[in-house]
Amino acid sequence: MAISKIWVVAESNGDKLTTSTLELLTAARATGATVEAVVGGDATALAAELGEFGASKVYATGSVGGALLGVPVASAMAALIAGGNAPDLILVAQSYDGRDVAGRLSVKLDKTVLTNGIGLSVDGGSVVVDHAVFGGTKIVKASFTGPGPHIVLIRAKSFAAESAGGGAAVVEAVAVPDAGATNGATIVERHMEERIGPKLDEAAIVVSGGRGLGEAEKYSMVEALAKLLHGAPGASRAIVDAGWVPYAYQVGQTGKTVKPEVYIAAGISGATQHMVGMKGAKNIIAINKDKEAPIFGICDLGIVGDVHKVLPKLIEALQARG
Amino acid sequence: MNVAVCVKQIPDPATPGKLDPATNTLVREGKLILDDSDAYGVEMALRLVEAAGGGEVTLVSMAPNSEQSGLRTGLAMGAHKAILVSDPALKGSDALATAKVLAAAIKRANPDLVIAATESSDGYTGTTPVQVAELLGFASITFAKKVTVSGSEVSVDRQTEAGYDEVRCALPAVVTVTAGVVEVRYPSFKGIMAAKGKPLEELKVADLGIDAGSVGWAGAGQRIDSVVDAEARSAGEVTEDDGESHMKIISFLEQLKVI
Repeated sequence: MAISKIWVVAESNGDKLTTSTLELLTAARATGATVEAVVGGDATALAAELGEFGASKVYATGSVGGALLGVPVASAMAALIAGGNAPDLILVAQSYDGRDVAGRLSVKLDKTVLTNGIGLSVDGGSVVVDHAVFGGTKIVKASFTGPGPHIVLIRAKSFAAESAGGGAAVVEAVAVPDAGATNGATIVERHMEERIGPKLDEAAIVVSGGRGLGEAEKYSMVEALAKLLHGAPGASRAIVDAGWVPYAYQVGQTGKTVKPEVYIAAGISGATQHMVGMKGAKNIIAINKDKEAPIFGICDLGIVGDVHKVLPKLIEALQARG
Repeated sequence: MNVAVCVKQIPDPATPGKLDPATNTLVREGKLILDDSDAYGVEMALRLVEAAGGGEVTLVSMAPNSEQSGLRTGLAMGAHKAILVSDPALKGSDALATAKVLAAAIKRANPDLVIAATESSDGYTGTTPVQVAELLGFASITFAKKVTVSGSEVSVDRQTEAGYDEVRCALPAVVTVTAGVVEVRYPSFKGIMAAKGKPLEELKVADLGIDAGSVGWAGAGQRIDSVVDAEARSAGEVTEDDGESHMKIISFLEQLKVI
C-alpha cells in the first residue's frame, strides 16, 4: 500500500507555526502524498501558513480548556481513524507536546512509534526512518513491520522548511472524545522566562559550557560571550544534571539539536550524547584542557587550554572591539 | 502515598557503545548500571513519600538478562522494594511492548504516582512513560522541573519552549522528571548494606499475563534495516594555548564574518 496520505501534528506559538512544524510539512510534501494537519486548539490563524507549506486541510480540536495537548489531540486523531479517515503516516515533532501526542496515540492505535528520526524516506508502502547513534557517527535505518498508520517523531532541524506557495488549508472542526481521567492534567498558569537574544535552536552562534567550567558561577562567562556575539548560551548535559543551568539550555541527544554557523564548546569534552546535538554546526570551536578530548576530533579550531584563562581574554578582546 | 519509579539499567555511558552485528541493536551485555536520569526519579519519589509522611517507593524495571545492579543502587538510595521483569523473550522489545510490560508490573505496586525520567540515556525513545500512562488509564505530566504533592493532587512546573507551565492533576498520575529536578543523594554505606536485604521480585512475562509473542522481536512493530556511516567531520587546527589563542578565535570569527 502506497503512502498516499500524511498527517502532520502542527504546533504553534500563538498564531505562528513552530519551525519544526514547517520542517515536517516540507518533508511530508516531498513524498508526494496528500498532506493534512492536526491542530490542538483553534486553527483559524494558522490555516494560511499551513496551506503555504503544503497542507490541504487542517483538523482542529478547538479549545481544549487548558488541558495539556497530548491527550485531546491523540483522542481526536484516534476517533477520526476509527471512523475510517486514516492516514498512512503521522509525523510529529520531537517536542514537549509532540512526544505526549505520539505516546498517547501509539497506545490508542496499538501501533509502535519510531522516535528521534533525523531523516525520512518513503519507498512504495514502506517508511524508512533514520536515527543518529554513537554521537552521530552512525545512522540506523529502521522501518515498520506492520500496517499503518505509522507514527514517527522527528527531531528539530532534520529538514529545511520550504514554502510551497499553496492557498490556505481548509479548516475542519474535529470532536475530542471524552478521555476521562487520562485528560486530567490542566495548565493553571503559564510562565514566560525573559530571554535576551536569540533562541538556542535558532541562534547563528551558540556558546555552550560544560563541566570544564568547574563551578556554576563560571557559567556567567559563557553567557557573557554569547551576548557579545549576539548568540545563545547552551550547555552540556553534565552541567544541567548538576543543576547549574536549566534543562532548556541542554544541547545534545537529550536536549536540543542546534545547527548554528558557529558553535563554541567551552570546557566540553564531547561525550557522544553532546556531539549528536551539535555536530551539524557549520563551524565548531573547542576550548578544553584535555587534548585527548573527543571534541577535538570534530572541531575546526581547537584550543588546548584552560577555559578560565582563554574565555576572559576572549571576552575582553571582543568588548574592546565594541 | 505509594510511588512507583520506572528505572532503566543501561550499559555504562562512559564506555563506548556497540551494535550487535546480527541484529543491529545496542549490545546490553555485561554489567549494567542505574541510568543517571533515573536517579532523579528515585530521589524525587523518596522526597515525596517522606513529605507525605509515609508510603513506599517501588522500583520497576525490565531487562532481558536478570540484571539487578542498577536496582540495588536505587534500593541503596532508599527505595523500599523492586520489581524486575526479566525474560529472554523481552529482547528486541519496542517502546510500546516495553510500556505494556512496565504498566503490568506497575499495577502490582498499586501506586498513587508513577515517576519516570523524560527519556533514557541509552535508547532515549522518550515515549514510554506516556504510553505507560495511557495503558494504566492515568493522566500524565511530562518534563517536570519541580514536583509537589498536596493531598490527592500533584503540581508540576513543566518545561516549555517559552519558560514553564504550572500544571495540576489529580492522582493517580504519571510524571516524568528532567535532570536536576532534585539533588540526588549518594547511597550511604548503611543504605548499600540494607539494599541487599530489600525485596526484589523477579517476574517473567507470563507472570504478568502477557503473551511472550507480543513482546521482544516477535512482537516488535519495527525492524532495523541497515546501519550506515554518517558523513564524517574531520578535525581542523588544534593548538596548545600560548596565552594568545583568544586572538586565533577572533581571527577565525572574522574570517567567518560573524564579527
